[in-house]
Amino acid sequence: MAQYLLIESRDPFDSNDVQNFYGLASGLAKEGNEVTLFLVQNGVLAARQNARFAALGAVASAGVEILADDFSLDERGIVTGGLASGVKAAPLDIVIDQLAQGRKAIWH
Amino acid sequence: MADKKTLTFALMDAPYENARSTTALRLINIAAKRGYDINVFAYEGAVFLPFAGQQAHPNPVHGHDAEQEDHPLPKEWVEAVIKEAAKNGGKVDWVNCGLCVDERGAGDAVEGVRRGTPGDFWNMAESSDNTLVIPTK
Repeated sequence: MAQYLLIESRDPFDSNDVQNFYGLASGLAKEGNEVTLFLVQNGVLAARQNARFAALGAVASAGVEILADDFSLDERGIVTGGLASGVKAAPLDIVIDQLAQGRKAIWH
Repeated sequence: MADKKTLTFALMDAPYENARSTTALRLINIAAKRGYDINVFAYEGAVFLPFAGQQAHPNPVHGHDAEQEDHPLPKEWVEAVIKEAAKNGGKVDWVNCGLCVDERGAGDAVEGVRRGTPGDFWNMAESSDNTLVIPTK
């Protein structure tokens, strides 16, 4: 089992290829790998509880850990209580933690 | 430090254009606070991040002088992470891609930045615990 860190910085409402990145995360998890999807910058817009966007729920159901950068959430006025099911707010330090652990990391 | 790590970052965005530059420097700052050894390979427009010619400016539209405007200068952020790493027992090896520098006339960089080639990036990645490439869109 490999460990992956996938960092999504793009807004899925702006970039259709975000869904391909979600698909990569789900696929890796379904194959038994440990996967974290870290949302940052406009990537956190998908994490809003009321967003009309179901794709992130499917990623969580596949077993991917989904984290959203707390600074990016604050910048956009998204409160922790307003996050979609399966998404947790987290500090950017998590990215450095996982890089230091040697996780395979991809930025999108 | 038993758990000291070496991380490499490849940056490509020019300053003032995308939040990626800010996020990249936030990441580097976290690693610097931990005393990690940090390699940065600045490619394409990212060679302007440590450009020494950046200047604070007034904003006549807002009626602010330069001090009131308090315009952020990425070169100061680069200097800050270099100092932060050193303070915590680490170091930042910041390499600007030489060809990218020449194309853009960005040769005047702050202290602590050196000129290099993509070969340096290869060597950095080979000698690091991990590498993160932050590409342009």
